Parts: sequence; C-alpha cells; structure tokens
Amino acid sequence: MTRTTVTGGRLIMAAAASVFALAAYAGPDDDELVVNGDIEMVTKTDAPDHMDAIDTIYSGWRFRSDETQAVQADDFDNPAMLWVEQAAEVWNTAEGSEGKSCASCHNEVDSMAGVKAVYPKWNEDAGEVRTIEMQVNDCRENRMGAEPWKYAGGDMTNMSALLASVSRGMPVNVAIDGPAQSTWEKGKEIYYTRFGQLELSCANCHEDNWGNMIRADHLSQGQINGFPTYRLKNTKLNAVQSRFKGCIRDTRAHTFSPGSPEFVALELYVASRGNGLSVEGPSVRN
Amino acid sequence: MAEGVKPRVKVPSKASAGDTITIKTLISHQMESGQRKDDDGNTIPRSIINRFVVDFNGENVIDVAMEPAISTNPFFEFEATVPETGDFKFTWYDDDGSVYEETKTVTVG
Repeated sequence: MTRTTVTGGRLIMAAAASVFALAAYAGPDDDELVVNGDIEMVTKTDAPDHMDAIDTIYSGWRFRSDETQAVQADDFDNPAMLWVEQAAEVWNTAEGSEGKSCASCHNEVDSMAGVKAVYPKWNEDAGEVRTIEMQVNDCRENRMGAEPWKYAGGDMTNMSALLASVSRGMPVNVAIDGPAQSTWEKGKEIYYTRFGQLELSCANCHEDNWGNMIRADHLSQGQINGFPTYRLKNTKLNAVQSRFKGCIRDTRAHTFSPGSPEFVALELYVASRGNGLSVEGPSVRN
Repeated sequence: MAEGVKPRVKVPSKASAGDTITIKTLISHQMESGQRKDDDGNTIPRSIINRFVVDFNGENVIDVAMEPAISTNPFFEFEATVPETGDFKFTWYDDDGSVYEETKTVTVG
C-alpha cells in the first residue's frame, strides 16, 4: 500500500542522518498533507505579523510520525470521522421547543464552510468574543429552545468537529483588531503568564522550546488549527479548551474551566498565532 | 441488540484485470467483551462481531474469526486481486444473530 502524501525517500535519509545525530530530531518534517487526495493543507507558512519570536509557523501535523500523519490523510482511516458522522445526523435532527434542527436555518452543513476558520469571533449583538461552541449553544437555547450542551462535552465536540470538517483546507483567519482586540490582548497576557507550581507559561514550551523533546514527545508550536483533535492516547475527540486545561494542569496549577472568559481569550490569541495555516479539524495527533 | 452498528467499506470502483486493489472496511460496533461489570457488579454480556467474511463473485476472499479482545469499531484493510468485473460482498456476523451486509461493484476495463 502506498500513500502519496508521505515522501518515500525521506525515511532512508532520516535513517542515514540518525547515525550522525545522537539526539533524536524533534522538529517538524517536510511532509505535505493532502487529505483524501483532494484537500491540500498548508502546514507550514510565514508567521503572522503580530508574532515576534517565531518566523515560520508549523501545524502540529508536521511533528508527528509518518504513520500518524497517514491516518489523517484519509477520512476512512481517520477515526474522528465516526463522530463527525454522528454530528451530521444531529445536524438534521429537530430538537427543543421550536421543533427546529440546525438544518432548519443553516440548510446543508456545507453552507458552513469557512465559519470555523474565523472563530473565535466578535459578536456585535452579544458584545463579546465568541467561540464556535458558544455560538452553537446560543443557537440551541435561543433559536431551537433546546438545552445547551456541556461546553467541552461529547455532543458539542462532535458538532465542532463537523463544523471544522467542512472548512478543511481554508486558512485560519481570526480577526484580532477592532472590538476583539482587548480580548486578544487578554489572551496574549495569559499565554505569557507563568502558572502553577512549575511556573510555566504556554510560551516556555511552545515558543521557547518547540522542536525539542518534552520527555518522550515532540514539542510542537501548540497550534490549534487541527482541533477538535483525535488523540491516540485517549482514543476520542478532544476539544481545544480541554487541551488548554490539560496543559495548565500539567504545570500543577488550578486551571480555568472550558468555556471560561480566560480560555475564550486564550483561544482567540492562540488561534491568531496560526493565522495562515489550514483548518485541519478533526486532526489526528498523539 | 447492539445499537449504532453501521458497516462501511471503501473499494475502488474501477481496476485493470489482474490488479491488486486495497480494500478498507470498518464497522462501528461497541464490541462489548463480556469481561466488564456494570455499576452494580453484574457482568455486561458479551456482544461482539464474531465473524467477517468477504466474497468476490461467490469465491471467498477472506474469512475472519473475531475474538472479544478486538477493539471497538473493528477496521480491516487487505488487498485482493480482481480478475474480472464483479461484486465484493462483505458480511459481518453479530453475537446477537444480526447479519450486516454490504456489496461493492468493481468494474474491470
């Protein structure tokens, strides 16, 4: 079986190189991601202007092994697509007192192409920056008359993955100026604040040490263009803010909760660090 | 009765005579092993897909016996040589007696 997305000769080169390099190379590779032989993904590009310390941004996909990379290259192999299918059924299922489904207003889910790419986004009516999850729950409560979903629960993460899947290949392009700027500044402050007993900020790992090993794993730039992410370690879809929580917990800190204003601000800031990369969700990672 | 069972197969629709093609199959199934207990300590009865068979034009391609240690949503990928135009017939047998079938046609030309 051959997979066209993984460069054939690279393995032999890497084997030869490893004779000379005693420390394992933990940086990004040069593979290109094409999903289903159709959607070409940008996994490496110039960093957006607002970033000072990093010149080139890489999707986390580039830091994974060829085997893991290949799983994401075909929807049939990508286990996350099972939950995307479930969400596609929910999309067409009426719920709540208004007897409406998502499809009643939004029609086919394909009409949502490009939406995930610009979230989190300023909502003028609400006067706040909203993630796509907040928008889904707003629809559920106010348009459908249904119970809101738990912020990072299974139903929500599946729906978020469905919405991401129709935007795959489109560049992440969240707005950081105008009314969203103060939230973005707040997120940036959190990114550079040391938390927990280990006194680690996001930047200590993902800006200062990306490309190095963190114990047995490759440390990526912490890009979130691939969320929701199917992780091999827990064999399920993971919401981006659950990942934030896991990271902060690992610094031995009390974490913020998924859906909290702090994490919404952080999500906007971290998303903006990936402006220019393709939306990859649902991606496959370790 | 197992719920949410859905078979999926991916077969190229066209091939040349004698070509070796890659076939991928997945059936969503909880594959309850029979080893686990519920909150009250009662054993959750075994409920798995126990056999998976693929035939091409009536001729057997693979026949897999499956055991309780196999994971949720079993995925099989294998290669087959297609001598002529015909149908791949996929059959999964459930512990509860259900049989799930799927057929895909490959055109040789």
